[in-house]
Amino acid sequence: MEVWISILISVCAAATPLLIAATGELVVERSGVLNLGVEGMMIIGAVTAFSTAQVTGNPYLGALVAIIVASAFSLIFAFMTLTLVTNQVATGLALTILGLGLSGMIGQGFVGAPGIKMEALSIPLLSDLPVIGTLLFGQDLIFYASWALVFGVWWFLFKSKTGLKLRSVGDNHASAHALGLNVIGIRYCAVLFGGACAGLAGAHLSLVYVPQWVEGMTAGRGWIALALVVFASWRPGRLLIGAYLFGAVTIGQFHVQAQGLQIPAQFLASLPYLATIIVLVLIARNRRLTMINTPASLGKSFVPDR
Amino acid sequence: MPGEPSSPQAPLVEAIGITKLFGDLRANDSVDLTVQQGEIHALLGENGAGKSTLVKILFGSLQPTSGSLRWLGKSLHVASPSEARETGIGMVFQHFSLFDALTVADNIALGFDSDVSLSEVAQTARQVSLDYGLPLDPSAVVGDLSVGERQRIEIVRCLMQNPQLVILDEPTSVLTPQEADRLFEVLFRLRDEGRSVLYISHRLEEVRRLCTAATIMRHGKVVDVCDPRDSSPAELAARMVGGDIADVTRAEREQNGPVILEARNLFAEAATPFSVRLSNINLQVQAGEVVAIAGISGNGQGELFAALSGEAGVTGAITCDTLRIADQNVASLDISNRRKLGAAFVPEERLGHATVPQMELSENVLLSRHASDQDTLTSAAPIRRKFTSELSLIAKRVCDAMDVRKGTADPVAASLSGGNLQKYVVGRELDRAPKLLVVNQPTWGVDAGAAAQIRQDLINLAEAGAAVLVISQDLDEIFQIATKIAVMSDGKLSEAVPAKLMTRERIGLLMSGSDGADGGDAVTGTRAA
Amino acid sequence: MKVQLIKRSQPSNWLALTSPFMALVLTMVAGAIMFALLGKNPATGLYTYFIQPLLDPWSRDQILVKATPLILIAIGLAICFRSGNWNIGAEGQYLIGGMVGATIPVLFNTWDTALVLPLMLIMGIAGGALYGAIPGLLKAKFNTNEILTSLMLVYVAQQFVDWLVRGPWRDPDGFGFPGTKSFNESAVLPALFATWDAHYGAVLAVVAAVIAWFVLSKTLKGFEISVLGQSERAGRFAGFSPAAMTVFAFCVSGGLAGLAGIAEVSGSVEKLDDKLSLGYGFSAIIVAFLGRLNPLGIIAAGIVLALTYIGGEAAQISMGLSDRAARVFQGLLLFFVLACDTLIHYRIQITGGSASAARKEGAG
Repeated sequence: MEVWISILISVCAAATPLLIAATGELVVERSGVLNLGVEGMMIIGAVTAFSTAQVTGNPYLGALVAIIVASAFSLIFAFMTLTLVTNQVATGLALTILGLGLSGMIGQGFVGAPGIKMEALSIPLLSDLPVIGTLLFGQDLIFYASWALVFGVWWFLFKSKTGLKLRSVGDNHASAHALGLNVIGIRYCAVLFGGACAGLAGAHLSLVYVPQWVEGMTAGRGWIALALVVFASWRPGRLLIGAYLFGAVTIGQFHVQAQGLQIPAQFLASLPYLATIIVLVLIARNRRLTMINTPASLGKSFVPDR
Repeated sequence: MPGEPSSPQAPLVEAIGITKLFGDLRANDSVDLTVQQGEIHALLGENGAGKSTLVKILFGSLQPTSGSLRWLGKSLHVASPSEARETGIGMVFQHFSLFDALTVADNIALGFDSDVSLSEVAQTARQVSLDYGLPLDPSAVVGDLSVGERQRIEIVRCLMQNPQLVILDEPTSVLTPQEADRLFEVLFRLRDEGRSVLYISHRLEEVRRLCTAATIMRHGKVVDVCDPRDSSPAELAARMVGGDIADVTRAEREQNGPVILEARNLFAEAATPFSVRLSNINLQVQAGEVVAIAGISGNGQGELFAALSGEAGVTGAITCDTLRIADQNVASLDISNRRKLGAAFVPEERLGHATVPQMELSENVLLSRHASDQDTLTSAAPIRRKFTSELSLIAKRVCDAMDVRKGTADPVAASLSGGNLQKYVVGRELDRAPKLLVVNQPTWGVDAGAAAQIRQDLINLAEAGAAVLVISQDLDEIFQIATKIAVMSDGKLSEAVPAKLMTRERIGLLMSGSDGADGGDAVTGTRAA
Repeated sequence: MKVQLIKRSQPSNWLALTSPFMALVLTMVAGAIMFALLGKNPATGLYTYFIQPLLDPWSRDQILVKATPLILIAIGLAICFRSGNWNIGAEGQYLIGGMVGATIPVLFNTWDTALVLPLMLIMGIAGGALYGAIPGLLKAKFNTNEILTSLMLVYVAQQFVDWLVRGPWRDPDGFGFPGTKSFNESAVLPALFATWDAHYGAVLAVVAAVIAWFVLSKTLKGFEISVLGQSERAGRFAGFSPAAMTVFAFCVSGGLAGLAGIAEVSGSVEKLDDKLSLGYGFSAIIVAFLGRLNPLGIIAAGIVLALTYIGGEAAQISMGLSDRAARVFQGLLLFFVLACDTLIHYRIQITGGSASAARKEGAG
């Protein structure tokens, strides 16, 4: 029993950064913008969170700085694609390349430094419940935040007027503009929110999941988060399923290795990536589902008449 | 309902000396417009005359470079559409400002600036739609609705704001004649309630029926202000165009050339959730004929074009008993091989379908002719640059023959105006002297001069012995050029009938899916709805 | 301040030619600022990065070594990007190309004929092409997002090659270091000149660039690539198949990445080890855009990017600057290239203050 709970807790830890980054990107894509720079923003978040926590000794301050810096970083993308209408795919890649380079430079002095872990924040009474107590109520703050974020985003998108405006911009930016909505302004906000989420996801990696700074430590998680958004067909609820599924694959892989099975470690390490491809194929095969749910303006530039 | 006007004599809205520049282009040049209270006022002009620009300025989507607006005699500044709505200006857009993925209620709510709850919006929407006889289902997803239903959403959304001025941009171009009649009833009622309507159209008969005043624009300037009932449609047209338009003429004779295009029992599965399934299409076009397919767009015209041209591919999605072009079975041939049999195709979208926007006109020649004109353009070796001079030659020939106006010798397609690009696209195919021409919406959004020229060219092509199939939603055009008329509705095609035996009313009934030939029940059924 | 774009009626040819140079200058300015912020002398920094390596023969040789794979991969990417397909997984195709090409010297190391080298190159191309075909086919058949699938396959390829060089292919006499035995003479792509590190891969890169330039600008296939890349519907109207193009573009681009991989393995490293993945596949994206997706421009762009690698190493040694600065430079360069490309299609109007100021400017 104990073993299973600890496995489930590690599944949560593996799923949380994916969930947070994907939720941010979901909002971005719902507004019609495709930001492929998640990996870059995430690693900027990871390195700034770690270094801030190292210097100040406060992991919460680290997470806060990660959120601020990563959303400032995403502002570059927003300015390029929204104001200068550059190609969103290429600009997102540039953001990832720059993020990986910058994080390497910032983090150079912190390689091998002891990490500062964000401790679990047990909720009194509830965390004493048998079995689910530690699992649901004995986790770190970012874990709680991730669930709040998913439900908050769901509420925002589907229950609030502002969320409706954001979805309308992603569906048809020309109509939205004609009705007087500020297409570019809404998209700027969405991109900044996506950056903040990616920053928090990165902070979770370097403050909770690994608590260390390792160069390139995101290891494709930003890209998997992008795939999760497609998997979830742009619905926040389905992100939960996707993120925890991937968390389980990642953790399962470690446990199979620990069991000493005769499968090379590298093959097991490939599993999350192969699983991503398989999931993408399965989702794309259902053309109707993807076509109906994909924001119709996704990836298209908008230049209003003036 | 509408608030009491502050001073009954003052015009509702005045635009004074409005000028709007886009780069070097003067879209509006010192335009004056006055709309009185309780008046249906027409804004007439060709495509590109500056009507849409003026209207966008009234609605706050655009800011004028200079000039001013007055509302009930007081100075007015409209910084945004939401300010326009607050003032009492409502707008029904030509290309609809709707969101396919959202519900009717969501779409309506997006037109409100205040934070009204969704349920309240739905409630008011139901009220207004009942009140004006514009039935709507608030929970329906807009993507699933017909064009007529979409327009109803736009109108209801506009009326819910309780506007004093309702602007409608080309509202009847997407309606059947019967739907248009119902729209006119709504407009008359609005007038009787003391509201004003600014009605943009190029359909002059309609304008004479509805409007008591008209402002006519040409090349960004106002050329006349008049009462349209005092002039004949021809006189109005001449003022719009700035001269007479050549009449389209057709020799009266019975043609009985061989069958060039024949489709029997053609079915095509919908390729995407947003496309229409074609069912049991039967069609024959003989040499010398212009067969026209009427219908509101979005009823399978694009899909039919793709199936006939071979663009849809030769996958299992399309099945038929017969599909022949010039005595050849073409069911398994792609578009290039159908062209080699003498067929030519002109799709609806000029930019991004018939041409690559950022390629030059000469390069765009290659787009539709690399296979059919292999001998002159690519020869056996698929190397093309050596034939660049040949491409420029063809492009020049086409532009000369069609009188295509352009800024430089070989501009990119996107830099041409709609009418000139359409002339180029049609001319590129005519230049091949095809045996069969299939053309979708040949003059959509094209100025009257270019439209008349293109229509005459299509007639001439048929009279020279080719078979011509025209898919169009413009009934005036169809009656001008067609020898036979069929009607498309919801992926089905009615039997082609000689044009002389067709009436607008019957086409209208066929468009809305009822069988015009049966008359009787179907007719009363539609009227009752 | 307000930035407004005004569409040009015709794209500017003059700016299309000069925009990469503008981007380069802007990158240097940004680099100078970065040096200053790090407390280094900007002039020395830029000199070390961009000038010094060109003056030193050894550095010039190294630039050529680095530029070779960058150019080869970028040519393939240019074809792919022009056709509207986003191959982000060139790094994986490069690895698999190197690995498949290496099977001959690794598995048949006694075979020692003149056939070995050409066969290795062909197998490298085939390996890369087939690995590239996976995301291509998935997109063509199932409409799967090719950006994500091609990228995921990079991680899979890295793990697989890592397993090979640590497992079944490891040199038993290699003191436990990961990597195969060094190749025989016949399996080594010869150096250009006796004392150089640069090998005949550089010649292959130039040949590939010329062929690609010819195909893109002079043949019907090249026309098909541009048409489908700019408008899929217009492409269908022309009778071209978008699905077939996707597979074709991924195969070509994978094949060239595979060639880059085997050229690197056989010409530079002379064995397969765990350090083959140096990120060329990603840097080549920058090369492709800096070369404005033109194969001849890519030759120059490849040399510029190689310069940042070598300059970065030099700056690390002589100025104590982080070697990661090179990656930062590359990222900035791509941003500036994309921003300058906007100028080709738009005029930029920067107005101070409110919209009313913009209106006055428009009137004047």
